Amino acid sequence: MNRLSTFNIVSLTLGFAFLYIPMLILVIYSFNESKLVTVWAGFSTKWYGELLQNEAMIDAAWVTVKVAFLSSSLATILGTMAAYVMVRRGRFFGRTLFSGMIYAPLVMPEVITGLSLLLLFIAIGLDRGVLTIVLAHTTFAMCYVSVVVSSRLISFDDSLEEAALDLGATQWEAFRLVTLPIIAPAVISGWLLAFTLSLDDLVIASFTSGPSATTLPIKIFSSVRLGVSPEINALSTIIIAIVTVGVLTASIISKRQITRRLQEEAAA
Amino acid sequence: MASSGQAEVFAPWEDPNEVPLIKIAGVTKRFGDFTAIDNVSIDIYRQEFFALLGPSGCGKTTLMRMLAGFETPSEGLISIDGQDMGAVPPNQRAVNMMFQSYALFPHLSVWDNIAFGLRRDGLSKDKVAARVEEMLKLVQLGQFARRKPHQISGGQRQRVALARSLAKAPKLLLLDEPLGALDKKLRQETQFELMDIQEKTGTTFVIVTHDQEEAMTVASRVAVMDHGQLIQVATPEVIYEQPNSVYVADFIGDVNLIEGAVGAIGDGAELLWAEGRAALMGQPGADLSKGSKATFAIRPEKIAISAEEPMDRRNRVQGKILDIGYLGNLSTYHVELPEGPVVKCEVGNRSRIERRDFTWEDEVWLSWSDTAGLVLPG
Repeated sequence: MNRLSTFNIVSLTLGFAFLYIPMLILVIYSFNESKLVTVWAGFSTKWYGELLQNEAMIDAAWVTVKVAFLSSSLATILGTMAAYVMVRRGRFFGRTLFSGMIYAPLVMPEVITGLSLLLLFIAIGLDRGVLTIVLAHTTFAMCYVSVVVSSRLISFDDSLEEAALDLGATQWEAFRLVTLPIIAPAVISGWLLAFTLSLDDLVIASFTSGPSATTLPIKIFSSVRLGVSPEINALSTIIIAIVTVGVLTASIISKRQITRRLQEEAAA
Repeated sequence: MASSGQAEVFAPWEDPNEVPLIKIAGVTKRFGDFTAIDNVSIDIYRQEFFALLGPSGCGKTTLMRMLAGFETPSEGLISIDGQDMGAVPPNQRAVNMMFQSYALFPHLSVWDNIAFGLRRDGLSKDKVAARVEEMLKLVQLGQFARRKPHQISGGQRQRVALARSLAKAPKLLLLDEPLGALDKKLRQETQFELMDIQEKTGTTFVIVTHDQEEAMTVASRVAVMDHGQLIQVATPEVIYEQPNSVYVADFIGDVNLIEGAVGAIGDGAELLWAEGRAALMGQPGADLSKGSKATFAIRPEKIAISAEEPMDRRNRVQGKILDIGYLGNLSTYHVELPEGPVVKCEVGNRSRIERRDFTWEDEVWLSWSDTAGLVLPG
């Protein structure tokens, strides 16, 4: 192990303090006894208990998870299909235009995406609710998935799929039995990315949600406007915990896979 | 060459009653403005080990991909076993291919890689297992069946790729630079193994390679290609000893080329190569006419080197030794003729204690028989 110089220690501390002190304060105050957010009155978990009693919050959480699951799954299917066509089907008329257009929503301001979707849903007379949020999230998450998947497909050896065809597989079998298992890690991380994006989206969701469906970010944002309650701190702490566990698990799994693969190669 | 007409000589291309397995008739392939294959016609017979040989970009890979069904000809016909292949997709051809990169499925074990094609045919579990075991035995990889491709060595991967492509017992096996990724020693061993397996299975092999030594070693016939055109199709011996053009002579093995004009043509052909010098005598190639431009081609190993003038030989030239290379089994001498050309000559080192009494700057005589060289047009 390298010994860190004073300069390194200072920069490390500053950087991490900048990143994590706000969240740390939030976590600490979620255990505050007092109803006043800024005054410490001793340790308590009562706000967690109250949170569980708050049906509106629980509903919003449920809607959010449902929307995130559905939209990320849809976005993964569509995004993978788009990436596959763009990368693997060679040059066809309009390919450059299409691939440029897939990535355009990445840089499009969310307000504009949200507004245009809202106008579309009104125009076709679709009632705003869970379905419209799912569609909206699919729209913008799809391009992230296709970016992740196409970067994997670019380094994919074309002859693998040709070999599958050569051995008698149909196009669909070649994709399902050879391409998909090999690009699966990229597809999964695309799904996770889409899930996270949908989970914390506020802008697009507020354009496309209706009175019947409120997502957690919308709920939190509207309650904070009426004043920050310790309940929100508790909720945020739970979200932070979930995200932390998720990220840690994902990185542990991928690290294990890498070490296992290295060991296998060394043994060969 | 199959001149004696003995029964065991394998030369179906000389039998007019033999029906070729593969007929490539007038095939042209264009990619936009670029012509990759230019009006090529070849017949390939059952159980042949046929080599497509040429430098990279000569169209050999395109031709093979057309046999596999990954490309379709722009013009002309390809038929396999009497069936026109025009509209048959790759997954419905009784043709399998061994890819240059091997293209082993990295997420499947050796066993499952070999079973992949058999399962696509909907064979029963027992039949698949029996065939996979048979293939593993053929390539001697039984103990590695459960390993993944990244857990075995390059040579083993090559054998898995071979087993996988042979598992479905194709009518035709295509091999794209099959030994390119192996080191030299392993490559030579594997060449003989390939020939062995080809003989055992009786499959027709078409191999694509840029390595002329490899083509000569394994193939029953070699097709030399250049810029999308077929230059010569013949057995390795004919390709080496009777090349039909300067291109083939130069591409296969080492050769000395001396330019000049055609002199008298009789039993042999004369090449006038330098003012005031006796003409060189060699066997005439096709399409020679007196006075036209021609090249004399002579292989280095057919040239003798001596200190005295060999009066009994018509083809003799004098020169000065420029370079000597000792290769162990043979020595090469580069001899510069006063007229300009440098001639390479190879002498086998037959005995261990031999006087190699020529040295740099020595004046020596080079000579060869009347039939050792060829006079080729161009």
